[in-house]
Amino acid sequence: MIEYRIHGRGGQGSVAAAYLLAAAAFEAGFTCQAFPAFGAERRGAPVMAFVRIDDKPITLRSQVRNPDFMIVQDDTLLLDPNLTAGLRPGGAMLVNSRRPAEDFAKRFDTRVVAFPATDLAVEVIGKPIPNTALLAAFLALTETVPQEALAAALRGRFHGAVLDKNLVLIETAAKAVEQGAWKELADA
Amino acid sequence: MREALEGSLAIARAVSMAKPDVVAAYPITPQTHIVENISKLVAEGDLHTEFVSVESEFSAASVVLGAAAAGARAYTASASQGILLMSEVMFNISGLRVPLVMTIANRAVGGPLNIWNDQSDTMAVRDAGWIQLHCISNQEAVDTTLQAFRIAQETDLPVAVNMDGFVLTHTMEVIDMPTQAEVDAFLPPFEFAGQLDPANPRSMGTLVDPNFFPEVRHSHHAAMGKALAKIEEIDAAFAKVFGRESGGLLTVEGDKKARVGILAMGSVVGTMLAGYEDFKDEVGPARIIKLRSFRPFPAKALRKAVKGLDKLVVIDRAISPGMGGVLGTEVSAVLSTMDKAPKVYNYALGLGGRDIPENMYRDLLKLVEDKKAPRFAVLDADLEKLAPEDR
Repeated sequence: MIEYRIHGRGGQGSVAAAYLLAAAAFEAGFTCQAFPAFGAERRGAPVMAFVRIDDKPITLRSQVRNPDFMIVQDDTLLLDPNLTAGLRPGGAMLVNSRRPAEDFAKRFDTRVVAFPATDLAVEVIGKPIPNTALLAAFLALTETVPQEALAAALRGRFHGAVLDKNLVLIETAAKAVEQGAWKELADA
Repeated sequence: MREALEGSLAIARAVSMAKPDVVAAYPITPQTHIVENISKLVAEGDLHTEFVSVESEFSAASVVLGAAAAGARAYTASASQGILLMSEVMFNISGLRVPLVMTIANRAVGGPLNIWNDQSDTMAVRDAGWIQLHCISNQEAVDTTLQAFRIAQETDLPVAVNMDGFVLTHTMEVIDMPTQAEVDAFLPPFEFAGQLDPANPRSMGTLVDPNFFPEVRHSHHAAMGKALAKIEEIDAAFAKVFGRESGGLLTVEGDKKARVGILAMGSVVGTMLAGYEDFKDEVGPARIIKLRSFRPFPAKALRKAVKGLDKLVVIDRAISPGMGGVLGTEVSAVLSTMDKAPKVYNYALGLGGRDIPENMYRDLLKLVEDKKAPRFAVLDADLEKLAPEDR
């Protein structure tokens, strides 16, 4: 079982990202579980969502305390030094940021890839919602689930122009990171 | 067909396939997505039902009471304070022996205000005379919802299907969704012998004086007793059509020969099953008892399920202040007539949405090894957070 924790701010689509990741995993033949940690439901407030992916039924219902991977949609959340608490040794974190990955890697002593997903989202879909770009980049890094499964998950959730623009966005975002860089971590 | 679905959406689709004539509900977190999705199905023309938007849960319950009394298949859903606001009508629905179905998206009851999951709401209406079933997964919630419509009309009792708020309602997971043809093969059209009929006028809900009130209550209690067999029978009938069961009254999992047991209701059972797999080598195996039917309470099946146990941990997701766990108290009462009954350790866990980690399995088994283990505690309460005089 691989466990994921997605951090973001209200309005960035962290819960949608969790559902999309789970749906993509399902499209690729895995079992999945995705759920939010509901707190203050307002724009800008810190939000967490969890995903589990396995090849057998998942009965565990607790929050993900020891994620294998983290996706951070807003780099200001990393001002909290405890944000990465529980991240497994050998795990890795994908951060939406204009800053270089080294800035975070040193502070958190973990593997980090950073790329400006919000800028890319604004460019391609005209809205500062980075979730689908981050998912595509994440799948490119880990190769846990094929990009086509993410596209299928998007087709199940969005329609029309929103879908079309997001399909372009994920294709672009997947190329923004090193393909397969975290494959060994995901396989381990 | 297997799909990755949010629990609430899956429930809305299951309800839709039961073809209710009337749905009335008032939105409340974490039930909202269920009702939203049903109203969407109605708006898009996929579900033909009378959807009544009401101004309170009291009205929601009143509308479904009236609708079912008039011979309609009726459905509602609520949670927490919404259940409390319904409670007066809930006693009327069951006391008048009107069959209908409600989903309870289990949530804590305030105050203090808390929107998260525990099972205080359903426990607050424990004595309302409804059948109360609990689900450990969204698959079971979908299947139990469909079964509930049949149980209701075959027992003339209302059925509450409990699913943990957020933990199930807001979780996307893989669910094998029934087809309409399968549902039609399993669930016959609604029939209620006691329905109001202008061609054959009768009264419902008249004053019942002391000459007849104890008989009414006796028959209600007797009907609940008879419902035990119905719940099992309908789960078996469901399995014939769909190839899977939801666990009848209760099921025994984990290690059936273990001397220590853990009994619980709802999604926490899944966490205990995961804990069993990961920690059984470290702290030993446990017999895990998944209680599905809380009302009617399956006393006989429970005594059989605990046979041979030395210790039984009962997890409560609710508390009766001044007494302890509700489920634990009832289990102790049921086991009191048994020879060599296991010692019951009753722990309230996860109140108001406190996360129950997987290693709780290990912690529980370690704790009850200790002769001084408390017989009741709000186990995950951190007393350091309280002033000394409040501990």
